[in-house]
Amino acid sequence: MPKIISTAKLKRQQLLDQLFQKTTWFFTVIVLVLLAVLVGSLVVGSLPTIKAFGFGFLISSEWNPVTEQFGALVPIVGTLVTAIIALSIGIPVSFGIALFLTELSPPWLRRPLGTAIELLAGIPSIIYGMWGLFVFAPFFANTAQPWLQNTLGDLPGIGFLFEGAFMGIGMLAAGIILAIMVIPFIAAVMRDVFEIVPSMLKESAYAFGATTWEVIWNVVLPYTKSGVIGGIMLGLGRALGETMAITFVIGNAHQLHASLFMPGNSIASALANEFTEADGELYTSALIELGLILFFITFVVLACSKLLLLQLKKREGATT
Amino acid sequence: MRLHFCHVLAATAALLWTPLATAADITGAGATFPYPIYAKWADRYHKETGTRLNYQSIGSGGGIKQIRAGTVDFGASDKPLTLEELEKNGLTQFPTVLGGVVPITNLEGVEEGQVKLTGKVLADIFLGKIKRWNDASIAALNEGIVLPASNIAIVHRADGSGTTFLFTDYLSKVSPEWKTKVGAATSVAWPTGTGGKGNEGVANFVKRIKNSIGYVEAAYVKQNKLHYVQLQNLAGHYVLPTEASFRASAANAEWDKDSGFYEILTDKPGSGSWPITGATFILMHKSQSKPAQAMQVLKFFEWAYAHGNDMALELDYIPLPDNLVALIKTSWETNIKGKDGRAIYTASE
Repeated sequence: MPKIISTAKLKRQQLLDQLFQKTTWFFTVIVLVLLAVLVGSLVVGSLPTIKAFGFGFLISSEWNPVTEQFGALVPIVGTLVTAIIALSIGIPVSFGIALFLTELSPPWLRRPLGTAIELLAGIPSIIYGMWGLFVFAPFFANTAQPWLQNTLGDLPGIGFLFEGAFMGIGMLAAGIILAIMVIPFIAAVMRDVFEIVPSMLKESAYAFGATTWEVIWNVVLPYTKSGVIGGIMLGLGRALGETMAITFVIGNAHQLHASLFMPGNSIASALANEFTEADGELYTSALIELGLILFFITFVVLACSKLLLLQLKKREGATT
Repeated sequence: MRLHFCHVLAATAALLWTPLATAADITGAGATFPYPIYAKWADRYHKETGTRLNYQSIGSGGGIKQIRAGTVDFGASDKPLTLEELEKNGLTQFPTVLGGVVPITNLEGVEEGQVKLTGKVLADIFLGKIKRWNDASIAALNEGIVLPASNIAIVHRADGSGTTFLFTDYLSKVSPEWKTKVGAATSVAWPTGTGGKGNEGVANFVKRIKNSIGYVEAAYVKQNKLHYVQLQNLAGHYVLPTEASFRASAANAEWDKDSGFYEILTDKPGSGSWPITGATFILMHKSQSKPAQAMQVLKFFEWAYAHGNDMALELDYIPLPDNLVALIKTSWETNIKGKDGRAIYTASE
């Protein structure tokens, strides 16, 4: 008798197991379907401009709703340049923050500092935008921009990046605001992954007489590199897609300038600004194609980070 | 995708709304510029009659799309549709309130309303042809004022907007070069300058950037204490942006109900007319499948024309002149009909 009961029970459990598996599988499929539908509708929506401009859309800097001539070069460049500025400031600073928090900070300071950084990550982006416009831009125009022009502006090769009037808004200001926004994300992830490095490894290195920097560079970073790159990618993802904060400080001009002091535009910002009043099929379609391009850029960035990780793994095998 | 999204949104809204809504509720969507006054009217109207108005300020472009799709009782647009566009979609339109667009400057040592500009000079500034404030063509209009010898920083709207449409329409009328190079639309390819988001954005940039010039909705000039300029109108007079000059512009327009009130109040005749004025419009289907619902909409606007003027003035909108309101009411009678071909609107007051 007990045997029969247990078989029935087993069967039921098996059924439940299968049900559970099927349900999770179903949820996964939903995500994939959603992705496919999203890409599909973006492609369908941008067909009119793809037909009208073809690949020229990607390299034309013209954006004229009146004559219905559209090109995506300005927003693409703006998106990439601001993201690059954000990361080139954000990565070293976040790295420093994470290192200080895990390796150097006195223990009583770790918790409040960590919480503060997590709080920063939770601030809505529009707050950063308004702060950027009302507080940061005047400071930037009166203090930082003249200083930058007087020092870096004379250097051959990069001097042209700092030409123009001091408006406080523009590509550089947008990049810096973005940097401030991505730092909490990158720093929080880096801190979390640095914390999981087994203390045995670090202590062994110290025991060999390694300096703090050597321990960090040769032990902590190699051990956590996939997490670190993941954190950077998270930050980059936010930088590429950030909308409201950028809209406030980038200057929103569809013009291509070499100088970082001049206004530009980003894809997300152009979408936010122009979608509501976009009349005419081609105009709407051009904006949708911008969205498609942003999607594509994000995809390429993710793919690149995966490739980078694979490369790192390979090399790991070769050297050790 | 946009259309899909709107449909989904509308469907969701409808689902959520149905249990609460009574048959008398009216829905509208569109222009953001008149949203504050529509909301205020709706609030008062609800208190007085019990009829609720649900207005979503999603932008003029969205308003036109929504009324075409028939998801709302009326659409709202800052840019009037041409008769041809109206006929094509079986729509009719009428204006509700007026507003003005005002160029604003940030110049040290210059009082507000002191700087005089002509349309031609304004166009050349925004074209980037006049680069400095002490340019001879500006100095010639402003004897006795010392304008700085610095570059003019130009600020324009970054988002598509009815304000931009009026401004560029004016520049197109006064400058052939602007017309061919840039043109008039809710957003244009600006030859130069920085874009601010919304009227607040432009106002803020102009305040922030020294020696700048921008343009905003008249209400923002007052609220933000911005330095406006005097403009030369078609009659050759320099006028200040005031309620009276906006009104004068509307009074000097030839409103015509047969053309669907297609009238852009830029560069209008009359010695006191402010040259950049405009109305905001309501769009409705000519043939109504739900006449009772359409009647509710018309009743609301009839009430607003009769009782809403003070509220409009409080919010710095300019009410329509009485003769125009009478004209609008006759247009309702002739244009908006039920499926049986009978006029829906009968004057109740």
